Amino acid sequence: MFAFILRRLLQSVVVMLVVALIAFLIFRYVGDPIVSMVGVETRIEDQEVMRDRLGLNDPFYAQFWTFLTNAVRGEFGISYRLQQPVLRLISERLPATLELAFVSAMLALVMGVLLGIYTALKSRSALSGIIMAGSLVGVSLPTFLIGIGLIYVFAVELQWLPSFGRGDTVQIGAWRTGFLTETGLKSLILPAITLSLFQMTLIMRLVRAEMLEVLRTDYIRFARARGLPERVINFRHALKNTLVPVITITGLQLGAVIAFAIVTETVFQWPGVGSLFITSVQAVDVPVMAAYLMFIAFVFVLINLIVDILYYLVDPRLRVDGRSGGH
Amino acid sequence: MPDPIEIASATPPKTRWQRIVDSDIFFSYSRSPVTIIASAMALTLVLMAALAPWVAPHTPFNPSTVELMDGFTPPGGEAFSGKTYLLGTDDQGRDLLSTIMYGSRVSLFVGFAATVFAMVLGISLGLAAGYRGGLLDTIIMRVADVQLSFPAILIALLIFGVARGLIPPERQENTAIWVLILAIGLSNWAQFARTVRGTTMVERQKDYVSAARLLGRHPLAIVTKHVLPNVLGPVLVIATISLALAIIEEATLSFLGVGVPPTQPSLGTLIRIGQRFLFSGEWWILAFPAFTLILLALSVNLLGDWLRDALNPRLRK
Repeated sequence: MFAFILRRLLQSVVVMLVVALIAFLIFRYVGDPIVSMVGVETRIEDQEVMRDRLGLNDPFYAQFWTFLTNAVRGEFGISYRLQQPVLRLISERLPATLELAFVSAMLALVMGVLLGIYTALKSRSALSGIIMAGSLVGVSLPTFLIGIGLIYVFAVELQWLPSFGRGDTVQIGAWRTGFLTETGLKSLILPAITLSLFQMTLIMRLVRAEMLEVLRTDYIRFARARGLPERVINFRHALKNTLVPVITITGLQLGAVIAFAIVTETVFQWPGVGSLFITSVQAVDVPVMAAYLMFIAFVFVLINLIVDILYYLVDPRLRVDGRSGGH
Repeated sequence: MPDPIEIASATPPKTRWQRIVDSDIFFSYSRSPVTIIASAMALTLVLMAALAPWVAPHTPFNPSTVELMDGFTPPGGEAFSGKTYLLGTDDQGRDLLSTIMYGSRVSLFVGFAATVFAMVLGISLGLAAGYRGGLLDTIIMRVADVQLSFPAILIALLIFGVARGLIPPERQENTAIWVLILAIGLSNWAQFARTVRGTTMVERQKDYVSAARLLGRHPLAIVTKHVLPNVLGPVLVIATISLALAIIEEATLSFLGVGVPPTQPSLGTLIRIGQRFLFSGEWWILAFPAFTLILLALSVNLLGDWLRDALNPRLRK
């Protein structure tokens, strides 16, 4: 157990170091940092002095080391475009993205599991057919079109919900939340649905496939032979055994949700880190790009690590053979 | 025992067309109405895009032929200049049908080119990893694993951003489309590499490869002449599905405003433009490009699904 966690931890550190190297290369060699900060009009001699002072003439490994130690402390320099510390920019916008991602993931999980159970248990009903066909179309539709479609129906035609922004927010300590106001909650609905649809179809199909598989096994037939009520068989016996892969996938998809939020945030003008990243790519704001890369990689690695460890704890079959744990 | 070659030559040789009609693939195709509709749809869209300069009713990106006063003409309605536009015009008076045809041209070109790029890269790396094994295999597959755990759109965005920083501004407009192909291609190669590597490892164990090796053929020749043809089946399926993904990815990037330059709009750019008029009631500027994109992605996806089932002998009844 301990060796397994240690090995996974080591792997995660290696991945983070590689990502950090890529982020550093982008940070250091895409565009000229000095020109980006002071402009081309500054005298060459002054630029050289600044280069020296900022350590840009140091050897490669020394610069990478400085970058790493700064990154660990959350220092990614100053945004070229907004002239503010990158850390502050990201932490100001992080609550918006996290709230959106959290609500979407929950929505996807709950709706996905419910629809999956329904389509598995009532696989012959017409409604199941409609749900399955709908999920196929949903997978091949680009996210931004779903968002625009929802805006058109619910914001333009019906005028029930706002089409952009976060509504009113409340500041609690360092966290700016939209959960506590009516407009905040209303603004959350459309983006959350847009962001969750893809994961929802994924979870639904997974639950359905797993359920159909489990319902064919001997112990379910035995439970039926014992005369247990359908409800107990379906939910206590069958569902429980499908949940391990479902939780794994949902966990792993959480990272994807945060990354996909880039598109959803742009459609709904949601003030999160995703829209910050897009405007940074457009303006070649290198410090923000490097920081976002590190941030997303960190989220992915962390989630992967947690899921792997959880999997190891939940599934006893993995524990018998300590060598092949994790995959 | 009669020579099998004689038996084969006794029956009249089949024409190529006859062989196609008799094949399992064609049989499964003729039995699936959805696939026939999807392929007809895809073919129509591809032809419309390919022949746009000849069949489009207007030349939308030539300022001298565009009537600014015709802007916001609804579909089929008569414009200020007396012309009629089947699908209406956008804010600058450009004929929507023509912009969609030219737009699909850009979308399909980027999609095809990116898929071919991803395919060539993925097949080469997959063959190398599967045939050589060892450290090379470990490195390539590790990179593929890490890349597959990130969404393609994120990787494409990063590559696009980096390329933008490296290319001088005055050349950005001309290179944008190639940068886009590079970004989408690089974000999709891992699927190919993974599949090809798996099949290659199986093929490597087979007698014909050992025989070729014993004959002293160069490894490169063995891989390209003997192994490659045997791994192409699954590659074809992935290529179709990744074409649909590449088209959607391009549309998404262009929609986000980091794709093709505005002078060469793709379907994604048209949707980005159309979105601005969503609230003012000019629905057609958004709806028709969006509808075309959906049809395109859906038909290619359906073809990919069918191809996967048709090429999988386990699913054949």
